[in-house]
Amino acid sequence: MSTADTPKRSMRTPLGRVRSLGAAHSGTSDFWRQRITAVAMTLLMIPVLVIIMMLLGRNQAGAAQILSSLPVALILLLFIIASAWHMKIGMQVVIEDYVHNEKLKLISIMLNNFFSIAVALASTYAILKLSSGV
Amino acid sequence: MQVYRWTLTMALSIVHRATGIALYVGTLLLVWWLVAAASGPAAYANVQAFTGSIIGRLIVFGYTWALMHHMLSGIRHFVWDLGYGFKANEREALTWGALIGGIALTVLIWIIAYATGGGR
Repeated sequence: MSTADTPKRSMRTPLGRVRSLGAAHSGTSDFWRQRITAVAMTLLMIPVLVIIMMLLGRNQAGAAQILSSLPVALILLLFIIASAWHMKIGMQVVIEDYVHNEKLKLISIMLNNFFSIAVALASTYAILKLSSGV
Repeated sequence: MQVYRWTLTMALSIVHRATGIALYVGTLLLVWWLVAAASGPAAYANVQAFTGSIIGRLIVFGYTWALMHHMLSGIRHFVWDLGYGFKANEREALTWGALIGGIALTVLIWIIAYATGGGR
């Protein structure tokens, strides 16, 4: 395909045009972050399961005591941040694949962001509140 | 689209998405549980009444399986991302591994949970 007869010639190389862009207009950053968060959650899975086992069958006072300990709070915070980020990216991929109406797609992506951020913030606030003991 | 022969890897690709969507919705349960723990005894008792009920246990059991399956299926995708496991027998083995491993881990987790007092 020749570009010699096109009126406006760009000085940008083909690589320069696609770098950091692509169909999602945001390049490969989501692809990479989806994998970082996936690996993080996989590494954290055993500690998280141990924490949940420790909490099973305890009442609120017992659960609050365990959740307020520093290592438990840190592990859960890391896991929740990775989860919220991962699920936001994953759901966006699903939306982009199946929702073809442009307006509906943008609204869905926006709601997806709201939901994921709300999940992350509500959980984080709860853990910090338990840690501060108020 | 009937020209395609339905394969295990195709079916599991859909299951990976479906479990991902289920886990997405299921985070509401995680949030409810953490917020209740931070709110007080009455709120926490409500969560325990729900998770202790038959329907609640079924949902948490389903959530456990979705999580374990999605994790193993995701590791399978990670192996493919790294450029390995594309031979016919390899991708079949990885897919069966995720399917059987997900069920096995779910059962194992629930056995440990009951053995360590989760059934209280």
